[in-house]
Amino acid sequence: MKILVCISNVPDTTSKINFTGDNKEFDKNGVQYVINPWDEYALTRAIELKEAKGGSVTVLNVGEADTEPNIRKALAIGADDAIRVNAHPKDAFFVAQQITAIAKEGGYDMILMGKESIDYNGFQVHNMVGEMMGIPSVTPAFKLDMVDDSTARLEREIEGGKEVVEVKLPFVASAQQPMCEPRIPNMRGIMTARTKPLKVVAPVGGEAMSEYVSYSKPEKKSGVKLIDADNAGELIKLLRNEAKVL
Amino acid sequence: MSVLVFVEGLNGEIKKSSLEAASYGSQVAQAMGTSATAVAIGEVHEEALARLGEQGISKVLYDADDRLKQFVADAYVKVIAKAAQQESSKVLVFSNSNIGAAVGSKLAVRLNGSLATNVTELPKMDGGNFTVTRGVFSGKAFAQVNLTSDVKIIAVKKNSTEIISNAGNTATVEKLSADLAESDFAAAPKETVMQETDGGVLLPEAEIVVSGGRGMKGPENWHLIEELAKELGAATACSKPVSDIGWRPHHEHVGQTGITVSPNLYIAVGISGAIQHLAGVNSSKVIVVINKDPEAPFFKAADYGIVGDALEVVPKLIEAAKALDK
Repeated sequence: MKILVCISNVPDTTSKINFTGDNKEFDKNGVQYVINPWDEYALTRAIELKEAKGGSVTVLNVGEADTEPNIRKALAIGADDAIRVNAHPKDAFFVAQQITAIAKEGGYDMILMGKESIDYNGFQVHNMVGEMMGIPSVTPAFKLDMVDDSTARLEREIEGGKEVVEVKLPFVASAQQPMCEPRIPNMRGIMTARTKPLKVVAPVGGEAMSEYVSYSKPEKKSGVKLIDADNAGELIKLLRNEAKVL
Repeated sequence: MSVLVFVEGLNGEIKKSSLEAASYGSQVAQAMGTSATAVAIGEVHEEALARLGEQGISKVLYDADDRLKQFVADAYVKVIAKAAQQESSKVLVFSNSNIGAAVGSKLAVRLNGSLATNVTELPKMDGGNFTVTRGVFSGKAFAQVNLTSDVKIIAVKKNSTEIISNAGNTATVEKLSADLAESDFAAAPKETVMQETDGGVLLPEAEIVVSGGRGMKGPENWHLIEELAKELGAATACSKPVSDIGWRPHHEHVGQTGITVSPNLYIAVGISGAIQHLAGVNSSKVIVVINKDPEAPFFKAADYGIVGDALEVVPKLIEAAKALDK
């Protein structure tokens, strides 16, 4: 089974978010980049399936050279090889076109990724790739197992419940917890990752459909109003009469 | 040229998030000097569809195909694309739900459109630009984005739009048929299981959320969270550590890698307020924090706070909530 796992390179979850250049650009200063946490579920589950059924796991990133440390980390966790499409990921539509081009050429059985990136929170790419390739996209999935060699069974979250879906290969799925326990690289993984193939390819033509013009930050809270614990019931009155939310 | 809004049903009624999308769509239509049409799929009462007039919708296209009772992305996309073609719509509005965002993404490909999900404000239209504001960096920032394609698709973040209600206005309801083929249902779910809410409120749709963390000291104390939620008409939620150690199911976990909520009122009980948790809740309108540690970072993001032991404070809140006129 050939599995393609798409990862994005995002600011660590603890990052302070700031902007520069008249709020037109994200301030990378002092920001640590990590593999998008949602993508780690997709990556680990792909490796588990490979270990159980055989096959290969290829990692794909659309990004510039500074994403390579995290691509190497994905190889250290257990992917076999990697492809980097050398381009700034302009928007979801652009990224989906790049993934589609690679996926078509590679003939993968399964294309997995996280349900969204924690920086742009799009929740778009997986469904776009499914649509561009004309294959099913099951998102957001929290369970993924093989029924037989050509059929997978997934459980997907819907508002207020879940759906059980069975699809034939090939398909696209996006991952979220509790699909698996994301792995961290061990020393042997880190050593072998250095020599695993990482291919850099040029982007296919394709335009973005949106343009980020500026950024802003939420207004700061004016400060907390403390209520004495002995008089806790007072809070309920304030919520009704002052905040007017009850 | 009307603005097209996709509305989702639940138990025959229109979901609250879809009433917000309808209100958003009708305001965009008004700004563009056109009307707003809704498209509904599956099991929704006709009276509920007609009532969308209150949100400013003039016409509802309704596909009652029995096979559409459960969500099947390809079939839904076909129905909405048909409605968009019939109405010559250039602006399509969805709720930013798992269904809305999925269908919106596929339509963006099919119609070669610009898609913005997680949108928090009405668009600005000037000088030929169509600019929306959307939440990015997991609630820590907003981005202003130009939608450059001819077709614009917007998925509206829950609880970011006031629901318009012009009582008495009704929409006309017309049947729509998209001539669906068997192949459109190839990825239909085998089974759909809805959560037992026990008469409670679903977390993603909730206006009030009561959430517990490790400060609750154990799952045996969770009845306090549930009781307070019940008195306030709230949904219950929890922090990541609590779902990781198995006190509560994963679908209740709120935070950066769990569910993002934006209710009117979020009450955090015994949650310290790690940055990852804040990312999932910081667009809540009013935040209440109850924690025995006065240094808990959550207090900095709160509107109201009580420094005290959760197990002592919550019973007092339940008592006070019981005394409220409902």
